[in-house]
Amino acid sequence: MTWWRRLWRRKQMEEQLEKELHFHLEQHTADLVARGHDPAEARRQARLALGGEEHVKEECRDERGTRWLEDLAQDLRYSLRTLRHKPGFSAVALATLALGIGATTVMFTVINGVVLKPLSYPEPDRLVTVHGRTEKFGEQWGFSYPEFLDCQRESRSLGPIAAWTYSGATLSEPGPAEYVDGRQISSELFPVLGISLPQGRVFLPEEDRPGARPVIIISYGLWQRRFAASPGTIGQSIVFDGKPYTVVGIAPAGFHLDGDADVFTPLGQSTRPQMQNRGARFIHLLARLRPGMTLAEAQAELSLIARRHAEQYPELNAGRDLVVHPLRQELVGDVQSTLWLLLGAVSLVLLIACVNVASLLLARAVSRERELAMRVALGAGRGRLIRQCLTESAVLGLSGGMLGIVLAAFGIRPFVTFWPGSLPRAEGVQLDWHVLLFALAASLASGLLFGLAPALRAPTRELEQTLRAGARTLAGSSRRLHSGFVISEIALAVVLLVSAGMLGRMLLRLASLDPGVNIRNVLTTRVALSPDALANPAKIRAAWQEVLDRARHLPGVQSVALADIIPMRVGENSVSYWATPVPPPPNQEPVALASCVTPDYVKVMGIPLRQGRFFNEQDRIGHDLVVVIDDNLAEHAFGGSQAVGKRLWIPALGPGPVQVVGVVGHVRHWGLAGDDQSRVRDQVYYSFAQVPDPLLRFFSSVMSMAVRTNIPPLNVVEPLRMELRGAAGDQVLYDVHTMEQLVSDSLIRQRFLLLLFGIFAGLALTLACIGIYGVLAYLTSQRVPEFGVRMALGANARDVMRLVMRESLGIISLGVGVGSAGAWAAGRVLVRLVEGMQSSEPVTFAIMIPILVVAALFASFVPARRAARVDPVKALRQE
Amino acid sequence: MDLPQGTLDLLILKVVALGPVHGYAIAQRLQQVTRDVVQVPQGSLYPALHRLENRGLLAADWKETETGREAKFYRLTRKGRAQLDTETESWRQLAEAVGLILKMSEGAAE
Repeated sequence: MTWWRRLWRRKQMEEQLEKELHFHLEQHTADLVARGHDPAEARRQARLALGGEEHVKEECRDERGTRWLEDLAQDLRYSLRTLRHKPGFSAVALATLALGIGATTVMFTVINGVVLKPLSYPEPDRLVTVHGRTEKFGEQWGFSYPEFLDCQRESRSLGPIAAWTYSGATLSEPGPAEYVDGRQISSELFPVLGISLPQGRVFLPEEDRPGARPVIIISYGLWQRRFAASPGTIGQSIVFDGKPYTVVGIAPAGFHLDGDADVFTPLGQSTRPQMQNRGARFIHLLARLRPGMTLAEAQAELSLIARRHAEQYPELNAGRDLVVHPLRQELVGDVQSTLWLLLGAVSLVLLIACVNVASLLLARAVSRERELAMRVALGAGRGRLIRQCLTESAVLGLSGGMLGIVLAAFGIRPFVTFWPGSLPRAEGVQLDWHVLLFALAASLASGLLFGLAPALRAPTRELEQTLRAGARTLAGSSRRLHSGFVISEIALAVVLLVSAGMLGRMLLRLASLDPGVNIRNVLTTRVALSPDALANPAKIRAAWQEVLDRARHLPGVQSVALADIIPMRVGENSVSYWATPVPPPPNQEPVALASCVTPDYVKVMGIPLRQGRFFNEQDRIGHDLVVVIDDNLAEHAFGGSQAVGKRLWIPALGPGPVQVVGVVGHVRHWGLAGDDQSRVRDQVYYSFAQVPDPLLRFFSSVMSMAVRTNIPPLNVVEPLRMELRGAAGDQVLYDVHTMEQLVSDSLIRQRFLLLLFGIFAGLALTLACIGIYGVLAYLTSQRVPEFGVRMALGANARDVMRLVMRESLGIISLGVGVGSAGAWAAGRVLVRLVEGMQSSEPVTFAIMIPILVVAALFASFVPARRAARVDPVKALRQE
Repeated sequence: MDLPQGTLDLLILKVVALGPVHGYAIAQRLQQVTRDVVQVPQGSLYPALHRLENRGLLAADWKETETGREAKFYRLTRKGRAQLDTETESWRQLAEAVGLILKMSEGAAE
């Protein structure tokens, strides 16, 4: 009979086995009777000779080879029955597990989608980015256009290298004027990524040159929005940045290049003045490894190229190496560490959940000891019992996991939505078979984890004693195990509580820092000038002046200024400087953050003026170049001495020296959290009116307006928009924020982490308290007879209560001890991964640990009081 | 005397080789043939029979006994006969080798 037929005909096999053994016994009895034995005695002897009938049957079943499956089915039925019979226990256990596994699954789903999944391009593992690296600044993504051309020409290991950079301007025809984000890309970009366009074609190499026919590729979204997805869009003319372009292609839906962009133009056609400047590094590189080449080979070759460039252009490239990375690493960026941190935290919660369920199961296992002993007496083997216990916990784990997956399925979207800023590759975050496999493994592992302790308690020896003893006798090993569970729960909760406490204190500290600007009632917005105004430098200056004048006269507006970079908003411009006529060696120059502003800037931002003056109307082209510096730069460049009147050399502003006319306070440009750690902490301001004519057009594309109001700043947005539309109605405001928003956004990741850690710590605290309550309630109820004896011998209620509380205090302090060590280690991880975090202070421990101790003592108070109310007579009778 | 490990299967195959026979008869036959020297625990007989059946060395049919009762009769399959032959041969060789060693004189061991 084949294996599966034996399985299917189980019932028949059972009947035959029964019949066969029956026949044996009857024959044997008949023989014995024939030999003159008394029939009853004969039957007894026949049975003895065969050995236990049930035992023989068990062994015969074992020989069938289908045994494990039958057992499994039996155990499953049995587990489901026990779960149904104890709805309270099952509900608590399932809810605990579902929460733990659900939260872990959500985190894993995000990590899977963002970090682990391959990019959605063909052969994604061969896509790389190239960065520059110097000793001083670490890695930087930027390349200048001439450098890009050199790399592209010289590299043999990388297939064509593609380049791209940010752009963006007003799209004015057809339809109403609108500011759109754009990217300037080299003609290789789409081919390197391996993407084909759903409509039209990619740029041709001859279009990627100065003076070529202006062509443009638009995003799928823009095509749908503005052109109603009409196939006739290809070949149509649109006006972007005041220039007519011909649409040649539509980018595929969902195509990103560091965020959404609506238009793509050929980089080689760009008329930016920096295009020819070898020192202006604003271009990202992207490439594909040539077939047969490895990352290491490409790296070796790029280092060679870097050395050659360093010799050729020592003043720009000395000490600058080139490094190559897989593209995925760049796209995911620093989100990765936050995600792993959260997965770690949520795993702790899952662990606590497991420990909780384990202690529940153990309590049940101890009270089931007699049942198990009975099973052994009836012929069950130890292995069989362990298997049964594990099946039960696996059923529990898997059911909990199933619920957890359902929870996760609902929880993922809100999580991604609440992620501060935009989560890279968020579109890949979804339940797939990787996630299901993970959830399954997590459920089974949890099941095994919490099922092991009760399973190993399966009785082996001293059956008689167990059977004879009352159900209330409790072995010492189980007490120790129970205490062990509570200790580990408390320890885990301490780790999470202290971590949450550290994050909370950090946030408080950061929020109380002075941003360096007066953030009340300030509105910032980018302005895209009317394309007509960009025709020549004189027109540009006039257009900006008009913007300032019109804005200043709006009701509610106090003062208005322009600036190329706004504190705590994306965007920066670092320049090197020195304070003596002899420049320091290349790449050793100090660096400062340079802002190009108009005279009212300090008034609008409320930056304190420490010495000298800020800019005035005289600081324009034709007059001496002047700068204003911040405290930090004054300290670094001139020590304690008077800075006003001193000279600075800043090559980015011009060959000659510039004069310092004033010193202002430092502004936390890099955000409240990030500023202390940033590499560039010196700041220098120069006057927008002194920007030379050739650079004016570029500056116009980056200038923002800052407005100080005496009414809520968001109320002036619409009047401002109307007032500044310009004669042709094609001048637009975009990227509108209040300074308060920008400051608060600069802490958003820390706040988000605190929120999640707070939730996790709260969960951990609750679970740990439930665990402590459950275990103590159980342990004390086991000791009721003992308390009865104690009280009969003269102990009073308070003594008994003290006894129980002392025991729980012992467990709690052990847990706190272990947990503090863990929390200290976790603190070090946090310091490394979270910007703005300082090493764990004793104060945090001193605040968070009492919370836990009080909660834990409260949880143990109820069982202790119950123990103290024991009626000695009843208790003794119970024994 | 207990049965050496692994010999129960061989003995069962040998008994069944003599003709279809039911479990109880096998137990009786083993008892008689070994003249009660070897204790065949009846409890391990049935698991062994089922094991041999599952391995295809034995086949079983339900038939009537002389007394008119239905019993499960085991018979040897072709595979079972081959197994019996090889096991008999290896047992014979083993016994011979063990015998030789035991007959060895003290001096010969040096």
